[in-house]
Amino acid sequence: MVIDMAQFHQVFFEESIEGLDVMESGLLNMDPGTVDPEEINAIFRAAHSIKGGSGTFGFSEIASFTHVMETLLDEMRDGRRAVTAQAVEALLRSVDVLREMLKSVSAGDEIDADEVRSQQNELEAILRNQAAVDPQQETTTAAVDDVTPSGWHIVFRPHSHMMRTGNDPLRIIRELAELGDTEVKGDASLVPRFAEFDPEECFLSWEITLHGEVDRSAVADVFDWVEDDCDLSVAPIYPEAATEAQPQAAPLAVQPVAAAPVPEQDERRKGDRRNDDRRAPVDRRQGDRRNGPAAGGSSSIRVDINKIDGLINMVGELVITQSMLSLLGEDFGMDRVERLQDGLAQLERHTRELQESVMQIRMLPISFTFSRFPRLVHDLSTKMGKKIELKMSGEHTEVDKTVIEKIGDPLVHLVRNSLDHGIEMPEVRKAAGKPETGTVHLNAAHRGGNIIIEIRDDGKGLDRDRIASKAVERGLIPEDHNLSDQQIYELIFQPGFSTADQVSDVSGRGVGMDVVRRNINELGGNIEIESELGEGSAIIIRLPLTLAILDGQTISVGDETYIVPLVSIIESIQPKREMINLVAGRGETFKLRNEYLPIVRLHEIFGIDSVNASELVDGLLVVVEGDGKRCGLFVDDLIGQQQVVIKSLEANYRRVDGISGATILGDGSVALILDIPGIIRLASEKKPLESLRKSA
Amino acid sequence: MSEALKTQGTRVPQPEMDLESVGAEYLTFLLGAEDYGVDILRVQEIRGWEQVTRIPNQPGYVKGVLNLRGSIVPIFDLRERLGMPGRDYDKATVVIVLKVLDEYSEKSVGVVVDGVSDVLNATAKDIAATPDFGSRLDTEFITGLASAGGKMIMLLDVDKLQPPAGRENDEFDEA
Repeated sequence: MVIDMAQFHQVFFEESIEGLDVMESGLLNMDPGTVDPEEINAIFRAAHSIKGGSGTFGFSEIASFTHVMETLLDEMRDGRRAVTAQAVEALLRSVDVLREMLKSVSAGDEIDADEVRSQQNELEAILRNQAAVDPQQETTTAAVDDVTPSGWHIVFRPHSHMMRTGNDPLRIIRELAELGDTEVKGDASLVPRFAEFDPEECFLSWEITLHGEVDRSAVADVFDWVEDDCDLSVAPIYPEAATEAQPQAAPLAVQPVAAAPVPEQDERRKGDRRNDDRRAPVDRRQGDRRNGPAAGGSSSIRVDINKIDGLINMVGELVITQSMLSLLGEDFGMDRVERLQDGLAQLERHTRELQESVMQIRMLPISFTFSRFPRLVHDLSTKMGKKIELKMSGEHTEVDKTVIEKIGDPLVHLVRNSLDHGIEMPEVRKAAGKPETGTVHLNAAHRGGNIIIEIRDDGKGLDRDRIASKAVERGLIPEDHNLSDQQIYELIFQPGFSTADQVSDVSGRGVGMDVVRRNINELGGNIEIESELGEGSAIIIRLPLTLAILDGQTISVGDETYIVPLVSIIESIQPKREMINLVAGRGETFKLRNEYLPIVRLHEIFGIDSVNASELVDGLLVVVEGDGKRCGLFVDDLIGQQQVVIKSLEANYRRVDGISGATILGDGSVALILDIPGIIRLASEKKPLESLRKSA
Repeated sequence: MSEALKTQGTRVPQPEMDLESVGAEYLTFLLGAEDYGVDILRVQEIRGWEQVTRIPNQPGYVKGVLNLRGSIVPIFDLRERLGMPGRDYDKATVVIVLKVLDEYSEKSVGVVVDGVSDVLNATAKDIAATPDFGSRLDTEFITGLASAGGKMIMLLDVDKLQPPAGRENDEFDEA
């Protein structure tokens, strides 16, 4: 039976990446000196399953690298080794290396062997270090032997239940035989009498002598899956010691401390040779993998089982309602109208619930995006010599999967900016009377139909004058500008704009803020800056909850029905004559509390003739906001609020100014969804208005 | 609606059809007194006229959009698109939903015609080039002229029916 392993690769990669995330967040939570056994256990388990998985799928580089990490973690877990900051750093870097390895393997690329090797050396150095401190401690397989043994003496005693775990001792012995010449001595002394014999249990044990210069890790790999299900001892046979009477049996993963430390270079050379030895088979495997079906980058989603259960329940309800209705329909009389209405109401409720549940499937907690930031902040603050604390809240806020995918990079960019430009160096902060440790606060929340993501820092804030002078220098604004703070801050979204005096490798190249804004706009969101010099700044990103459904207000103008996104609406008022003023005899404005807002007559903008309310006082003003501008949209009437499914106009037609899409109403007719910023733009252009009059 | 159309899906090949010279099949329809034809492979469905939702600030021939089983399909008045005077829609008014291609994608559009008439089988030799009317008459939509039963049928290039891409309100830019 041939099983195409490639089909499982994708799952393995996904799970491994998740495992790495677990390891990373665990490591970041770990305080040097104190050991939370649960935390280390979680990290250890993640490392262990990556090792197991990679071993199964034949990614031996990953397996052997993870093995070293695992050894280190194991010692920490058992309390045999203190958790030092150095070790945690090394493990964090190892997580990165491992991530790179996984990426390379999944893309079918060559693994960067040098980097892996150097990281592995670092881990091994830490492991050896401990051995030097405590000579009673045994170092691990990972320690480098000064002489490659000429063979191994292996005592393999499977526990009686081993075969139930799906492992076949015979296969293991065969695998060993592939490594070199073997002499196998079986021990059948434990086999019971036939009457007591259970064919599913293993009563045999073996003593195996393996001849040949074989790596300890190669031997360990063979026993990788049965380690916990057997008594195993593996002892090296050295050429000079080979003739000695009995090789000493030592537990697996144990190397006699006698192994003298070798000069660094020597070790490196050996490492390289080993890598070279391994490379040939690796290349072949990679070649195979490229042809495999797993090569395609299909996108999948992991869904909480509760959501699926909810969905199934809903479908069940729907089926019941449907059968109830069809029963009703078989023998229908006017006396049963009431029951029909009940049934239909139920149907409506279930349909809506079903729709909500289905939409829920696309929703993922934003922690998927946030989880990378502790690490980012940790690394960057160390690099820049700043003290920064990252606070996160609202990680459980759920957003559309597409948003998760697209918001990651912009957020990274913004957080980097905060760290680099926002938070000052500790001494500067101290001098300014602020705590030395700066705070960056990432917050996500639902507000109305939107997701709000805030990146708030208590750094130095945006320097209005500096941005303005840079902008003047670059000719973006005239010298005698009269711009508001908000408008000045907007300038940092200009392509190529940077106020950083020096370009660092963190930020300052002026690439990015424009891209950030574009990405966010593509998601239908917008971005705002709040800032106070010396106090800090905040970037506020507003995104639609989902990209497929929108909360809308249905309005009517003449015979037409339109949908206004609820998020754009501030309020609706019935205008009174005294509120309305004319500017220069033409532009209509109205006073709302202390503000004068322009009036935009939707029927004029859209050229609708059959208007019921031509006088402002006969209709309604919907106060809307788009791109930071407000206006009163004059319509005939408000009809109602409803959730609408957004359909694209461009799919079969083209983009239309002032319209963001269309939707299908309950009666099957189409209603257009207004694009409020677009309408405000249209109104200020005035062009369509005049030409419409002409063509009318 | 003509009987020929209702059965177009199950139409059996006519016995006299010579396989060597099988040309394309065209759905023919009427606009006033004139006969037009479109490649039948581009026809998705034929339906009666029903009320559409107007799209603001679009050229006059764009009547609006329609919900066609969940997708939003624009409806063009073919008379007006070809520069003929429009007429009121009645029970015989028919919308032909066509598949059109632009440089990026395949789209569905509906065109309003006075009525559909027949399916015409025309080989390359049956189709004559469009005469040049100079600037008096714009023939950009017509790919050729076919004759059948003594009538001249103008074959339409459906891909040209979409309003030109680019500026959304091109109609008004000139004003």
